[in-house]
Amino acid sequence: MKFSTFAAFVGPSLFMMFLFIAAPLVSVLIQSFYITQPIFEQVEVESCTPGFVEQICETEIRSQPVLDEDGEMVMRTEYVGMQSYLNVLELERLGAAIAAFSWKQVMAIDFWKALRFTLTFTLITLPLIIGMGLLIALAVNSAARRIRGQIIFVSLLPFIITPVIGALSIRWLFIGDGIMTALLEWWLQRDIAMFAQGWTIEILMLFYRVWHVAPFAFVVFYAGLQTVNNDALESAIVDGASRFERLRYIVIPHLMPLIIFVSLIHLMDSYRVFEEIVGFSSQAHVISLQWLTYEFLTPDDSGNRSISRASASAMLTMVGIVILLVPLLKRTWRDHRGGGH
Amino acid sequence: MSDTPKTLALSPGLKLTSTLFISFWCLIAAFPIFWIAVMSFKEPIDAFAANPFSVIFGPETRSNGKGFSILGLIVLVASLWGIYRIAVNTMPPYVRRFAPFGNIFLGWSVGSIALAVTSLIALLVILPPVVGAINSVLGPLGRPIIGLTFEHYQAVWVDNEFYRNFVNSLIVTTGVVTVSLTVGTLAGYGLARSGSNLAFWILIIALIFRALPHSVLVAGYLPVFINSAEILQPILGAAAPTLYGQPYAVIAVLVSINQPFTIWMLRSFFQNIPADLDEAARVDGCTHFQAFRWVIMPVMWPGVITTGLFSFLLAYNDFLVTSLLLDAQNQTMVPAIVGYFNRETTTTDQVEAVAAAVSITAPLFLLVMVFQRQIVSGLTAGAVKG
Repeated sequence: MKFSTFAAFVGPSLFMMFLFIAAPLVSVLIQSFYITQPIFEQVEVESCTPGFVEQICETEIRSQPVLDEDGEMVMRTEYVGMQSYLNVLELERLGAAIAAFSWKQVMAIDFWKALRFTLTFTLITLPLIIGMGLLIALAVNSAARRIRGQIIFVSLLPFIITPVIGALSIRWLFIGDGIMTALLEWWLQRDIAMFAQGWTIEILMLFYRVWHVAPFAFVVFYAGLQTVNNDALESAIVDGASRFERLRYIVIPHLMPLIIFVSLIHLMDSYRVFEEIVGFSSQAHVISLQWLTYEFLTPDDSGNRSISRASASAMLTMVGIVILLVPLLKRTWRDHRGGGH
Repeated sequence: MSDTPKTLALSPGLKLTSTLFISFWCLIAAFPIFWIAVMSFKEPIDAFAANPFSVIFGPETRSNGKGFSILGLIVLVASLWGIYRIAVNTMPPYVRRFAPFGNIFLGWSVGSIALAVTSLIALLVILPPVVGAINSVLGPLGRPIIGLTFEHYQAVWVDNEFYRNFVNSLIVTTGVVTVSLTVGTLAGYGLARSGSNLAFWILIIALIFRALPHSVLVAGYLPVFINSAEILQPILGAAAPTLYGQPYAVIAVLVSINQPFTIWMLRSFFQNIPADLDEAARVDGCTHFQAFRWVIMPVMWPGVITTGLFSFLLAYNDFLVTSLLLDAQNQTMVPAIVGYFNRETTTTDQVEAVAAAVSITAPLFLLVMVFQRQIVSGLTAGAVKG
């Protein structure tokens, strides 16, 4: 294919990705070094209150935003270097907390709290999802052919549901004295409030994520199982390999590329964990990195968005993604140089 | 072909474990969704009751006189069954015969909309008064046995004007799917047929873009979108729009965010179409574009439909981008529901939020029913090709 034809085919797509992905990335990077805020001026104000005999007047110095002729605040953008990053990272507080050996104090700082949750969330859900997906795929693969369609239909429901709504639907089972909380209370014989402390919410979030993503892993592994070499399995039986050995030495190695694929997709997605925070309204206890940026971007009570801090926290989130992707990119590059794709 | 190959045959004990495990998984997978559907039809006290049977039978709802008698239930089940039969058996021949301009897709759209509207009118407008009148004659038999009420749906859709959000969702998803497929199909085809290094790098960069958290990108859009009228003034003059709050701006954003995934997926579908096909056309004197138009387009629909489904899901399910870039009057359904449960001051508000959640989920449920095969093939397409 000639270059000009190739460019014509790919052009529109590249243009959109450039305009709405690459350009915003650059602009976020630039924004993170600048701060835009209203200009304040010091004004001497004389305020008088009516008093007996004569007015009581006081003069005080107030700082107030400068207004332009339309009555709107005049904004000024200035270069602040790494200040926004420092505001997000709060290194001084972190240092003090570490010096005091206090994990609790570290967790009181939003960024580190979010980082802790994002990482533990990613690492705990990963093995659970691979395991669940594999188990369901193996079980369905040995089920009667006629009911497989229905099982796949039911399994797809948690995958396809809107994430916020999926999280909500699980929350509603537990909220207040909902049926699941009542069941747990009856089982454990104690009073339970699922949404009063962080760790119970985290368990629900982990459960939700596994529920939501396991179907994807299941479908991919199930497709992989259809192409397992049956002759190899049969000769393994002849050689007297047990079921577990057959699974360990034939099936799992065959599925390995798929396991890696699912893991990568899952790492990318769970690093961006966000909808759970919204669905479970957990911001008082648990937050994630992406939620941190989201919160900076949402207008506060006076309608201001802290764009600069959002950009800084966005760039810090990016660092994590880059670390995550480097091994993958290295591998792809090796494969590419080592003969075709 | 035997039902299960010998290598997969299980011992009875293992067979039982595996069956139990599958049943358990299916229960867990479906239960939360089924349960919110049940909850949405009850009065708040029943919906959030600790006893599951109160939630299912709704004693409080029933004692308020809202519910279905035996006759009502029979009529409801019968009419739902009837609608299902019409959709599956009666409709297809008519669609085939009367499809406008011979376009099957258009025929199905018109047919389904017509069926949906007729069913809704029959179920919500015609049947209730008829059944009510018969119930009052029946005496004790006519009393409600299951508590059931549609008032939350009415509150959500009519009183709170949820249909506005529905229309906005419709606009955004339609826009995203159309543009995303048009742009993505061309790029996917180009990438599949070009073995150059450049194509490889484009795909790698797309992979990196796919991993980006969306909040990072929105942090880039927001200041520009809010001030776009000032920024674009020198170029467009007085016509410069404020992009913040505009559905078409959100469509552009979602299409771009979705592009990396779309081009990867379509590329893998196009690689499955033999290159001999378009090469034969090229030998006959077609340009690349003509080959694409006349040889590839007729056979590419399965892949395009699958990719379209995933674009639809992305746009329909999105919360982050739409909630930050759209203002209140252009809000789509998912961010709108968050407004509901943030203000949930009374339990009635909560059940209304549940009803709204079920309303959002229902179309997805239908989608899986109709397109199960395409969704599965989409999930595995990327995986198998690597």
